[in-house]
Amino acid sequence: MSWREVSLILPEVGVIGLGVLMVLADLVLPRKGWLVVLAVAGLMVLGGITIGAWVGGEAETAFFGTLRVDQFSHFFRILILGIVALVILASVDYVSHFERFQGEYYGLLLFSAGGMMFLASASELISIYLALELTTLPLAALAAFLRGDRSTEAGIKLLLLSALSSALLLYGMVLIYGFTGTTHLGAIATAVQGVAGEGLRSGGYPLLLGMVLLVAGFGFKVSAVPFQMWVPDVYQGAPTPITAYLSVASKAAGFAVLLRVFYVAFGQFDVNWGGIFAVLSVLSMTVGNLAAVAQRDIKRMLAYSTIAHGGYLLVGVAAIASGAPGPTGPTGVLFYLGAYALTNLAAFFVVIAASRSLGSDQIQEYAGLARRAPLLAACLAFALVSLTGIPPTAGFMAKVFIFGAAVNSGLVWLAVAGVVNSVLSAYYYMRVIRAMYFAPPSSNERVPSSLAFRIALGVSTVGVLALGLAPGPLMDVADQAASLLRAGG
Amino acid sequence: MSEIAAWGIFLAPLASFALIALVIRPFFNRCDRLSGYVTVLAMVVSLALSVGALQAVMAGDGKPLEWRAESLGLSVGPLTFIPGVYLDPLTAVMVVVVSLVSLMVQVYSLGYMKDDPGYSRYFAYMSLFTASMLGLVLARNLLQLYVFWEMVGLCSYLLIGFWYNRPAAAAAAKKAFLVTRLGDFGFLLAILYLFFHQGVFAVQGMNALEIPDIHEAARTGLLATGVVTWVALGVFVGAMGKSGQFPLHTWLPDAMEGPTPVSSLIHAATMVAAGVFLVARMFPLYEASSAAMNTVAIIGGFTALFAATMGLVANDVKRVLAYSTISQLGYMMMGLGVGAYGAAIFHLLTHGLFKCLLFLGVGSANHATGTFDMRYMGGLRKRMPVTYVTFLVAALSLAGVFPLAGFWSKDEILAAAFHGGSAVSLVVFLMGAAAVFLTAVYIFRAVFMTFHGEFRGGAETDPMPPPGEHHVHLAESPWVMVAPMVALAVGSVVAGFLMNPVAPLWGLGIAPAHWLSEFLEGHAVGMDLGVAGLSTLLAASGIGLAYLLYGARRVSPDAVAQRVRPLYTLVSRRYYFDELYEEYVVTRVWYQGLCNALEWVDRNIVDGFMDFVGWQGRNWGAGIARLQTGQLQLYGVVFASGIIVIMAAFLLWG
Repeated sequence: MSWREVSLILPEVGVIGLGVLMVLADLVLPRKGWLVVLAVAGLMVLGGITIGAWVGGEAETAFFGTLRVDQFSHFFRILILGIVALVILASVDYVSHFERFQGEYYGLLLFSAGGMMFLASASELISIYLALELTTLPLAALAAFLRGDRSTEAGIKLLLLSALSSALLLYGMVLIYGFTGTTHLGAIATAVQGVAGEGLRSGGYPLLLGMVLLVAGFGFKVSAVPFQMWVPDVYQGAPTPITAYLSVASKAAGFAVLLRVFYVAFGQFDVNWGGIFAVLSVLSMTVGNLAAVAQRDIKRMLAYSTIAHGGYLLVGVAAIASGAPGPTGPTGVLFYLGAYALTNLAAFFVVIAASRSLGSDQIQEYAGLARRAPLLAACLAFALVSLTGIPPTAGFMAKVFIFGAAVNSGLVWLAVAGVVNSVLSAYYYMRVIRAMYFAPPSSNERVPSSLAFRIALGVSTVGVLALGLAPGPLMDVADQAASLLRAGG
Repeated sequence: MSEIAAWGIFLAPLASFALIALVIRPFFNRCDRLSGYVTVLAMVVSLALSVGALQAVMAGDGKPLEWRAESLGLSVGPLTFIPGVYLDPLTAVMVVVVSLVSLMVQVYSLGYMKDDPGYSRYFAYMSLFTASMLGLVLARNLLQLYVFWEMVGLCSYLLIGFWYNRPAAAAAAKKAFLVTRLGDFGFLLAILYLFFHQGVFAVQGMNALEIPDIHEAARTGLLATGVVTWVALGVFVGAMGKSGQFPLHTWLPDAMEGPTPVSSLIHAATMVAAGVFLVARMFPLYEASSAAMNTVAIIGGFTALFAATMGLVANDVKRVLAYSTISQLGYMMMGLGVGAYGAAIFHLLTHGLFKCLLFLGVGSANHATGTFDMRYMGGLRKRMPVTYVTFLVAALSLAGVFPLAGFWSKDEILAAAFHGGSAVSLVVFLMGAAAVFLTAVYIFRAVFMTFHGEFRGGAETDPMPPPGEHHVHLAESPWVMVAPMVALAVGSVVAGFLMNPVAPLWGLGIAPAHWLSEFLEGHAVGMDLGVAGLSTLLAASGIGLAYLLYGARRVSPDAVAQRVRPLYTLVSRRYYFDELYEEYVVTRVWYQGLCNALEWVDRNIVDGFMDFVGWQGRNWGAGIARLQTGQLQLYGVVFASGIIVIMAAFLLWG
């Protein structure tokens, strides 16, 4: 271990250090508002460091090849730092009502973010597993943070089901190790290269099973059907800011590791794994959207919506580059994650503020919100428009790129399924807009919000619009980051 | 001539529009006089730059000057769009005439629109209108041209409906917009069709949307004749809409609902000239396709004759002028159709001058009498001598009387048709000659009814005066209105032999013979004394007939009308084209036929299907949601069976 190697993981170390600092500072600081200022300032510094590393640095491996720090990791580091900063800002109102453990709340959030960032760089099976656990355990604690019935249930369910998926994942890793004799992704790629047809039949099945178990384990993280059953219950029960965090950060980290493992380790594996993801994609979209139609609780509806969006994202994973010009699948996934993070955060932020003042998460309670809180209603409406995929929003551009990638790789049917599903999703998104704008309000009470909250909501909403109008810069960045995968790094 | 100066021709009026619309009107509407001055100033700048451009092109012996603004370019797939300026002789001449006529109209408007509450809005629109027309003329890229083409359409809509609270004006604006849109659609199809052949162009390193490349492709036979014909016809359909050619002529007479200077601008230099310009711009396409050429000639010749007959019976003096415009545009199209490109543009120029003058004269008469109906005018000769004399000059020029401007240009078109050497050109020559006679009759009918005889009361006796406040005040108009009229009258007299003299004007040392034609197309149609004599004879007899009927009143026009009652009704009802379009095509075929059928399909099949899908979706959704029992054991089972199913699928099909 050299200082050079430590400096490579400075952002991760920094985030975890910041988490420890939160817990300690909570003991001494009389005004908890400073915690937020400290956290956000720290995250901005770390973001700056990461950008500096991105601009200056080449791809490097560290710690005996367990981590690989490249533009792909930088992309996800920035994304996760941004998400966690926004979630912290938006949590201020929510957390200020806690009597105790405010520092722990922020601390756990940051620990989990550290795990996700490790996940984005991990290039070896054991470190992937460790990073995954570091991500999940704090999240289970956070889901149970309210200690009410539902919250506790959410925490326990997340813990148990993630334990199940971890076990299966680990089993898959073992099988792969057993077959290839290595846990490094690059070495696995070399080992599996020639295994196809006869080779597969003569003893290659454990490898195949290992790969399928990885699909299941990562499918759990990205909430792909049929590994999504935990999502609605956990999302509904967890504190709303945590739900927001889960829906975007956890998903982003899941896709980061999924892309890295499958494109690097199994890129040359002559098995149609793209086909599995295509099928999972259609299932996720369809099940997510259909079930969302039937929901009355907005958090639960957004939970199903998350499953559907996981399906759209899987379209990009399935769209293995065919060499045709135009956006490629992984590039589309990265762009989609950025766009979806901003959009879904904006939507959840409004839900955080509205639910506290409406005292309910029922969609019917949103009636007339446009009159009680015009700005909040407008932001939510705009976010829902983006989730549906209507211009001029980030969601539209993201869908254009990702479905375009599918068409480029010859998966026209998958793109068609995605478009049909987008139409379907309009039904339940628009229903919320209709309630807010066309139904009479039950009271005229205003909905209060703090400055920090408004900054978070403003940043995410403006981001949604900006990406919808000028997708170019993020697209270029995503393309750069994803190009490493194509190069097989 | 620098690139900036070339763009400046178009940017000056655009800047004027922006200044008025964004600064003066919202913030300084109290000093709205400023809007007028800004507009006039912009036109002066444009005119100066245009003259500079003309000189630059002439100095280069007609070699086109061009610039491509690469930095504004756009590239999407196989489409590369780079706007630019294309300054060839045609453009150089057009920018001068557009900015000159526009300048005259703006100066006149300072007086005419005084006290109108929409003063600033008026000048903002006018600036934009002129800017669009100049942008259209300067365009190097077909798509760029199309953008300005549509902007011209939009501005005409705004200006015709300028007094939007008058139902007739609103309806006329809508009609103008919709009818010209029909033509625009043809133009758009032509552009798309050209674009489909981008591959053919790309092989030669050319771009299917850049005008010089299209010329090149048409000249070298790069495009198949069939393609050229369809593109040329599509472009011509667009030109027909804008230039009011039969059968898309119905909007022009109604467009008189706008303020008179607007009509003047539309008819002289901007809107309707755009159609003729477009055909001229795409002329190499027509040269490469005799079918397209003959279509243009026949439609043009027929329109010239057809519109002139309707001019004979209209009572609204502006409508007479409108039919006259349609008819004269027909001449220009006819000229283009028989290959006399230079003559057609020459006529566009002279017509711009005298038609603008006629409208300004009518506006001046309306300023005094408050009406446009000739039956309630009369006798203005003594009260408004300047208006009368200038109007008379313009009328003589329109009728084609030697030696006024109209004589020279019209004669050149007729001579070209006569010498065309094909059956088609002979037919159109006969139509054109007949139209010469009718033109003289209708315009002198207007002269006699408006200015001669006794005054018949103006707006006070008119049972249906135009809406708004009117007071009869028989006196010459203010100098801001009269001055442009005089300037244009001088132009209508001398423009003919200055612009395209039959013999070199050595004495003055200004212009060699036929310089305009030489400049535009490299060769000239000679003067044909026989044709000239015939057309003069026809014009003289037309004037004579008008004098008998309306001047001396030897023969009662009513009695004549009585004798040919069915014919008279047919013509005065404008051949029932409005009825045909509105009642039959729009109401029956469009609304009752097509729209009702589509509505049925939409209601029953489309909605029915969607309702079914929605209903199914809800059922399925509820079913899936019910699977979510909250039981952890079930979740684990689903998880594990997912793995088993995937593995099984691989074993079976993988």
